Amino acid sequence: MLLKLTRINEYFLMAWDALRTHKLRSLLTTLGILIGVTTIITIWTTIQGLNEYVYGQLSGLGASTVYVEKFPWVITDNYFELRNRKEVTYNEYEEIEEFATLADAVSPVVSARKKLSYGKEKYEDIRVFGTDDEYAVIGNTFPEVGRFLTVLDIQNNHKVVVLGKDIASNLFKEENPIGRRIKIDADKYSVIGILEKKGSVFGQNMDDYAYVPIGTFRRVYGGHQGIRIAVMANNPDNLEDLKDQLRGIMRRVRKVKPADEDNFAINQQDMLTNLYAQLTGTLFMIVFVIGGISLLVGGIGIMNIMLVSVTERTREIGIRKAIGAKRRNVLSQFLIEAIMVSSLGGLIGIILGFIAGTFILGMMDLTIGVSVSAIAIGFGFSTFVGVLAGFYPAYKASNLNPIESLRYE
Amino acid sequence: MLIEIKDLSKTYILGEIEVPALKETNINIEKNEYVSIMGPSGSGKSTLMNILGCLDVPTGGDYILNNQNVSSLTDDQLAEIRNKEIGFVFQTFNLLPRADALHNVELPLIYNGTPRIKRREMAREALEKVGLADRADHKPNELSGGQRQRVAIARALINKPSIILADEPTGNLDSKTGEEIMKIFSDLHAAGHTIILVTHEEYIANHSKRTIRLLDGYVQSDTMN
Repeated sequence: MLLKLTRINEYFLMAWDALRTHKLRSLLTTLGILIGVTTIITIWTTIQGLNEYVYGQLSGLGASTVYVEKFPWVITDNYFELRNRKEVTYNEYEEIEEFATLADAVSPVVSARKKLSYGKEKYEDIRVFGTDDEYAVIGNTFPEVGRFLTVLDIQNNHKVVVLGKDIASNLFKEENPIGRRIKIDADKYSVIGILEKKGSVFGQNMDDYAYVPIGTFRRVYGGHQGIRIAVMANNPDNLEDLKDQLRGIMRRVRKVKPADEDNFAINQQDMLTNLYAQLTGTLFMIVFVIGGISLLVGGIGIMNIMLVSVTERTREIGIRKAIGAKRRNVLSQFLIEAIMVSSLGGLIGIILGFIAGTFILGMMDLTIGVSVSAIAIGFGFSTFVGVLAGFYPAYKASNLNPIESLRYE
Repeated sequence: MLIEIKDLSKTYILGEIEVPALKETNINIEKNEYVSIMGPSGSGKSTLMNILGCLDVPTGGDYILNNQNVSSLTDDQLAEIRNKEIGFVFQTFNLLPRADALHNVELPLIYNGTPRIKRREMAREALEKVGLADRADHKPNELSGGQRQRVAIARALINKPSIILADEPTGNLDSKTGEEIMKIFSDLHAAGHTIILVTHEEYIANHSKRTIRLLDGYVQSDTMN
């Protein structure tokens, strides 16, 4: 066993020698592999970086929450047919609130962009939500100080507002905002709570949101605006049942005929993750095909050069055989040389791929994760190609006749 | 008896024609003999040398080397015999051009699994024997013809083979260098080695103690010098 190991070591030294002697040729030989692996690793790491980001963001929508809305999030039907749909109404919210037994929390949500001001401080273009107390659970909007909207605020249409962290710090600087009165457009609201910091989702700063009671919102800004209804399941496993229940309620309220399709949409996070997975899956496939073709071409290149190399080194093979090299010795020597060229290309490809991935993700302000599976795939594929491409030339070398090989000029 | 060749024949088949290269040859060679094999082209000289060197197998008869019949061995078994029993010295030296002298000399040891350190040590010793200890790290193209042939001799000696088989060892050298090389063979013979020299030069054959002449595939004469 020890003897075998020294021999393998010997073959690697021979291969390394051969590669070093023909640096440029070796590099060109493995260029196909290098490009293939670089492509695969670049896209792999980029998609992984994106995945982490996107799934992290989407999980903020809540896996067990569905949204009853006018339009589906992912439009696959003809938009012009969807366009004429009715808005989701407050009345429909009340029906769902009453009859959706599988729901843990139901909130109406309506929003508009408004100007907030406090004294001289102004804050433009802020998304103000009208909703109810149950939205605290659904939207994960918990106060850091003060409180969120309460049942009393909702029942009495209090003119109160809960502010996102950034709004509070921008309007109030050092002052304690609780109990102060700010203006949303022209109307005055008492600040009752400041939310915990939430960060941003898909570039939208969630700390720039403000929340007021839905009734207040509708009374001040009009009740004609369509709303959406956020419904959280009482058990994440019941999500499909909940969706059926919601469809039933909506169809009943809207008097949709049995043969007609829904004229509303029930959206959930899944739709986005599925869409995303579909997109990246397709991209993945394309890249794998391109990378695979590149590896195939690279493998053919390696085989070609190895065949040339065997011919060029016929005399060397003759000498080695004359002094006692067996078939398997010669086979191993050339096979390991092919594997080494190929996996060297793979190795460089992995490094370049990670650099490119880091660069691409860096442009999106994302960080790369060094993935062991990507390294294993890159290295594994290139080695595998080396074995496939090297075997025939190595076999040919091992079968050369020593007498003829020694005479070869 | 080191070498026993009994009714040895070799016939090449070229298409549909059979070309006999050696016919019913009988030769015995004792340990520590110094034998020349001579003959014009087409005499079967090269064929005999290839068979003696275990690079080829006969089509008829037996070749017994060191009490082992090697006439019907497989390629890999022959490779092992070549490694153990035979040291080749070629007219064209046949060194690996990219390897230094030391690596060229240690090459046979790689194929019998000698550990690296031991190999290096043995190769150094062998180079010393041919007077090239100071050229160990030179590549063939940095050496003169005579020096290259000495590296080849060192390589041939390294496994302490039963036979040193030299095929026109001075053919690519000037006469003065050739004489130096022949001196080395004489010294090796004196030190107990068995040497078989293939040549077509009388004055080279004269260095040996016995001359076997081939003609048209037969042994024409076998005389002591």
